[in-house]
Amino acid sequence: MTRHYSALSVIKEGLNGQKGWAPAWRSPKPAKQYDVVIIGGGGQGLATAYYLAKTHGVKRVAVIERGWLGGGNTGRNTTAIRSNYYYPESTALYDLSLRLYETLGRELNYNIMLSQRGMMQIVSSPGEMEMAARQVNAMQINGVEARLMDRSEVQRRVPIFNFAPDARYPVYGAIYQERAGVARHDAVAWGYARAADALGVDILQQCEVQEFLTEGGRCVGVATSKGEIRAERVGMAVAGSSGVLAAKAGFRLPITSYTLQACVSEPVKPIFDTVLVSPMTGTYVSQSDKGEMVIGGGLDRVPSYGQRGNLPQLETVLSGLLEMFPVFRQLRLLRQWGGTVDVTPDSSPIFGESPLPGLYLNGGWGTGGFKAIPAGGTVFAHILATGGHHEISRPFDLNRFRTGHLLDEAAGAGIAH
Amino acid sequence: MQLFPCPFCGPRPETEFHFGGDAGNTRPDAAASDSDWTNYLFFKHNRKGPTREIWMHLTCREVFLMARDTVSHEVSATEALGGEA
Amino acid sequence: MSGWRTQSGWAVDRNQSLSFTFDGKTIPAMAGDTVASALLASGNRIVGRGFKYHRPRGFWGAGSEEPNGIADVQGTQHRPNVQMTLEPATEGLRLRSINGHPTAEHDRMAFLDRFARFIPAAFYYKTFMLPDWHLFEPRIRAMAGLGRLDPAAQGFGPSAPVNATCDVLVVGAGPAGLAAARAEAKAGRKVILCDEGALPGGSLLFRPARINGQEGRDWAAAVVGELRALGVRVLSRTTAFGRYDHGLTGLAEAQANGAAPRIWRIRATETILAAGAIERSLPFANNDLPGVMSAEAGLHYLSRFGVAVGRRVVIATTNGSAYDTARALHEVGAVVTLLDLRGGAEAGKHPFRVITGQPIETALGRRQVEAVRLASGERLDADTVLVSGGHTPSVHLYSQAQGKLRWDDGVQAFLPGAPVAGLRVIGAAAGVYDLARILPGQGVEAAAHGGTLALWPRPRAKGRIWLDLQNDVTAKDVELAHRENLTSVEHLKRYTTLGMANDQGKTSNLPGLALMAELTGRSIPETGTTTYRPPFTPVPLASFAGLRSGQLMNPVRRLPLEAEHRADGALFREYGGWLRPAWYGTGGETAEVQREARAARQGVGLFDGSPLGKIEVIGPDAAKFLDFIYYNTMSTLKPGRCRYGFVLTEGGAVFDDGVLVRLEENRFVVSCSSSHVQGMALLLEEWRQDSFDRSRVVIHDTTANYATLTVTGPKSRDLLQAVGFGTLDDLPHMALSYGQFEGDEVRITRVSFTGDRSYELSIRADRALGLWRRLKDAGRAFDAVLLGGEALMILRAEKGYIVVGKDTDGRTRPMDLGVRGPFEKRKGEYLGRRSLHLPAVAAQARDLVGLESLTPLPLPAGAHVVETVAGKRRSRGFVTTSHYSPNLNRPIAMGLLEGGNTRMGEIVTLYHLGHEVQARVAPVCALDPEGRLLDA
Repeated sequence: MTRHYSALSVIKEGLNGQKGWAPAWRSPKPAKQYDVVIIGGGGQGLATAYYLAKTHGVKRVAVIERGWLGGGNTGRNTTAIRSNYYYPESTALYDLSLRLYETLGRELNYNIMLSQRGMMQIVSSPGEMEMAARQVNAMQINGVEARLMDRSEVQRRVPIFNFAPDARYPVYGAIYQERAGVARHDAVAWGYARAADALGVDILQQCEVQEFLTEGGRCVGVATSKGEIRAERVGMAVAGSSGVLAAKAGFRLPITSYTLQACVSEPVKPIFDTVLVSPMTGTYVSQSDKGEMVIGGGLDRVPSYGQRGNLPQLETVLSGLLEMFPVFRQLRLLRQWGGTVDVTPDSSPIFGESPLPGLYLNGGWGTGGFKAIPAGGTVFAHILATGGHHEISRPFDLNRFRTGHLLDEAAGAGIAH
Repeated sequence: MQLFPCPFCGPRPETEFHFGGDAGNTRPDAAASDSDWTNYLFFKHNRKGPTREIWMHLTCREVFLMARDTVSHEVSATEALGGEA
Repeated sequence: MSGWRTQSGWAVDRNQSLSFTFDGKTIPAMAGDTVASALLASGNRIVGRGFKYHRPRGFWGAGSEEPNGIADVQGTQHRPNVQMTLEPATEGLRLRSINGHPTAEHDRMAFLDRFARFIPAAFYYKTFMLPDWHLFEPRIRAMAGLGRLDPAAQGFGPSAPVNATCDVLVVGAGPAGLAAARAEAKAGRKVILCDEGALPGGSLLFRPARINGQEGRDWAAAVVGELRALGVRVLSRTTAFGRYDHGLTGLAEAQANGAAPRIWRIRATETILAAGAIERSLPFANNDLPGVMSAEAGLHYLSRFGVAVGRRVVIATTNGSAYDTARALHEVGAVVTLLDLRGGAEAGKHPFRVITGQPIETALGRRQVEAVRLASGERLDADTVLVSGGHTPSVHLYSQAQGKLRWDDGVQAFLPGAPVAGLRVIGAAAGVYDLARILPGQGVEAAAHGGTLALWPRPRAKGRIWLDLQNDVTAKDVELAHRENLTSVEHLKRYTTLGMANDQGKTSNLPGLALMAELTGRSIPETGTTTYRPPFTPVPLASFAGLRSGQLMNPVRRLPLEAEHRADGALFREYGGWLRPAWYGTGGETAEVQREARAARQGVGLFDGSPLGKIEVIGPDAAKFLDFIYYNTMSTLKPGRCRYGFVLTEGGAVFDDGVLVRLEENRFVVSCSSSHVQGMALLLEEWRQDSFDRSRVVIHDTTANYATLTVTGPKSRDLLQAVGFGTLDDLPHMALSYGQFEGDEVRITRVSFTGDRSYELSIRADRALGLWRRLKDAGRAFDAVLLGGEALMILRAEKGYIVVGKDTDGRTRPMDLGVRGPFEKRKGEYLGRRSLHLPAVAAQARDLVGLESLTPLPLPAGAHVVETVAGKRRSRGFVTTSHYSPNLNRPIAMGLLEGGNTRMGEIVTLYHLGHEVQARVAPVCALDPEGRLLDA
């Protein structure tokens, strides 16, 4: 059986009719007891399991997934990876993530197709240029590479942008982060799953948590559709289901769930090679390796668990896109879809022990969980292995919604995310 | 495009409405503890399925109560707050 | 050459010939042809290349399910990835195939197919990791993608969307849809009927049938005539692309003249889905060779366009529908052999050869099909192989309406299960294929479809069996996914890219699913169903944008005096959604803005402040209400007076600042920032209705009713007197008065955003022009200057007056701005009060301070005040505002700084884009700190 992935093994298997590949992961039967059980087989949960086994040497780890791994927001997002944040606390988290992403393919022996093609945030007025400078300076001070582009540099980099004199939103410049980019979302989930499985993690798909098992006011496991599973510590990383599981566990969270939509155009030959966002139109776009324009925008205005697209937001996002890129008037929409995102009051994530002792939280990522998968997994693994905060996760404790220490990036820099 | 029945204007497109939060999230009085206050300020029911919420119809500016389902998006009832309409 | 033109074909006009080019080759056509029918008629088989292995590909279908026949339409209006099966052949059309280097016919990348074994599904996840993906990505990207965009050409033009309601929306104008539409219309209901084709009739357009003695096609035309007479709106070339919440169906109606298809948002009480079914292929090796086509498409090309797709034709079928094709081709002289895979006793009953129970094992041929070999080993020479593996109902809209599909063994397909409110599925979309059942009691004479034999790809079959022709996915790829344990439908789809192409798997999803079911030992329904994400077929992005582009996108709000300002040479910029003069004159921004700011302090400045918020709060509880809304106590304000104050969010941050005017005991005007009017009106309404007696306080936004003209500067009072507002001697700062101008009341408030004596004159917006002109005329004697927004920003900055959102951020509390009184002393409850006492507030405190440049150059706005802690730079604050002051003849700046008030006079380090500069912490007010100018 061929387990290691490389050009050589692909050639070898080519000669063998591709018949010798080992399964990417097993489909094990659940054990009765684990050291750590993680609810949620998305990127965050799988990465957490991987680092628990890899970094902390935790032997018995299970990931419980109601559906199919990577089937939630990990497989529905627009795959942008960036660390252009304002507060040092956010930078510590997201830049760790970007740095881990940079070597992740080799570490996991799975090509996640990280494409660091840069991310450009268009600036449309002199006043915004001052805010952009504030943002770029904050990033540079926090040790993250970023720069301001002027109009002519934006024009050289993205000649197909709308530079017409009567454009609705004139281009004054852009915030540019060179190391930002996109990665193949499925590959991130699958790469972590395969690597975690190889380290002995049990990935239990189609296994739904029905309730939490408690003893003496402490969470000691979960009752699932595949029976009771006990664990020393239980973690949850369940975007789109946080409210539901919190209710089962008997507490409320500072989270409202919304639909976030995305769509892709039909594929065309490469014409656009960065990630671009315009705060004025609220639209962002990149071109996938397959050639599709991957397009996203802001949240829907109605709280929802619907996981489906609709017209009002699509119309807003696409009108913004075409205003930015007149040549895309030649393109057609191929697919639209929606995911359920868990939005906190400050749009920053939540880490740490929940109000139910023994149950730990990794959630509230809003629209930004994908880019944070490696760092989220790293710090959550630390929390689950030690029971205490990682240095990076401490500011993201649930307690900040008691003290008022919110980490609102929009408040700091006017970035929608 | 969802249609929300404003108790005053009848069914109108979702884009005309503003979400005001969970129904029954009463503002604590001046003596509230940090915990009571932040419960009110930040913590949500975020129900999956039937829920009751406060909405404003932006064009008529009336605030009302809406019972709806956050999965199917079916609206079961809307009700003016002051008993008018 | 294989395809040829017969004497039949009702859709083409033999007297009107035309030509177009395909890959530079001239193709003759007739009026009525599609590009596909013309290419087939002239014997062109290879019309594209597979995107991964570059195998030659020909047409598979005749409609919107076509996976192979895709080309870019070139010209001044460029359209990539057009399905040639849907594209009408028109004179001079220029098409270029996709993935052919340089042409579909001759592709130098064709060698890739020889390496196919090394590049199976998902191979890219397993390689290209060393040294780095970035090295490989550009090449992979260049290989992928279908057509090209042409930046020099136009795209789709705008089309206005339409909202419509009706009792019944019928999707699909085939026999089922036509009959349903007629029945509903006759029952008096308001009906809209749409169909993606140019002509109604669906399968009647090509399948032989007689209905009540009429030719099927004529029956369809007659029904449409009846429908129109009954007032039914019939939309042709209109695709129902998606079903959305609350019964909304989205339609895209093709437009002429290069406009994007028009979006119809239709709300029907009932939607009848009669979208038909799409023919599937059959699993045999090399089933992707040009010449292997849908049996239905073969019939379609023949009866509609008079194009016989071959001369020696093998037809293989799992159902009865292909007999129509066989008969028709036989009748025009093709040599037909029909393979009825169901077995049975059809052999010998037909004028063409019928072989039963013998599936095709492989198609043979290099650049196109030349023969087939049957499971029995028999070889049949053929230039064309037409196949029918059964039909897949188009249940997309049902599924999008949250309907749950059920598997049906009889037709081997997913059908609508439990009914969905407001949606009915009929005809082939519901798995009913026989015309006699669709139109009962209507004298139908048509061949029966019968049941469908289950014949799906099998594991370990020899050769390459193609499932997804557009994404180049084979049965072996599905087996690989299974081997690697990516067995869920979603994993299968994503891992192999099955069904992810432009055709969204219309012909490929089900065979892939069936194979995975077989591999995992589950049934097809246990394995899952595919998801049907909108749109049904690709819809131009421009359709969704509608008219929202350019100036119609988030339209700016415009001043009543805009034309006057333009005539005065104003340059406009958008501020908070309003288009306002930024400065006047042609001398360049810096010079003009400095000139204006200087002149205003010397004489008098005229500023159009019309967007200033003017929200009235009226009623006996108005004062009590505003005490709650404002951080500052407002009930103690006397009528006729004004007070500056803050409004906080419930979280305690500064939401807005501004002047509150008490017009009367029970009537106030909230003068909020122009960019915050909407938000403030919303906030006031929410709290009014949440916490107050609504009969005792009301909110009325009069912002747009009045224009507000600001007169500022030492000569402002003199100017107003000259204009006729009296001496205004008894009007102190922060007080209200009224005047008259040409019979209209003018509300005069003496408030100042410049630090100079200032008056704000509010007058009916439609009468503002006269007043503004009078001020300008009379102003000449006082050296009056027109002030744009940029100069005003300097004037207010000289005084240290803030702009919320610029000099504050989402963490700024009023104490940071030096206003601590209410926080420390106020008794009553107000918005955000409790949040000011959360532990974080003290920890996050900063002070708004002035920052003095140590050089003649202004400090960079956006620079951070930095300190080095443990070898690392840390931000302690930032510059929010920076200008050169023409009145102080030096740079001025403001910023938020941790502990700022305790650091007066200190030199701090600013960091800006890699450089450091020094600045001195100073009081925020740089000019006239004693406030003498207010009364000068």
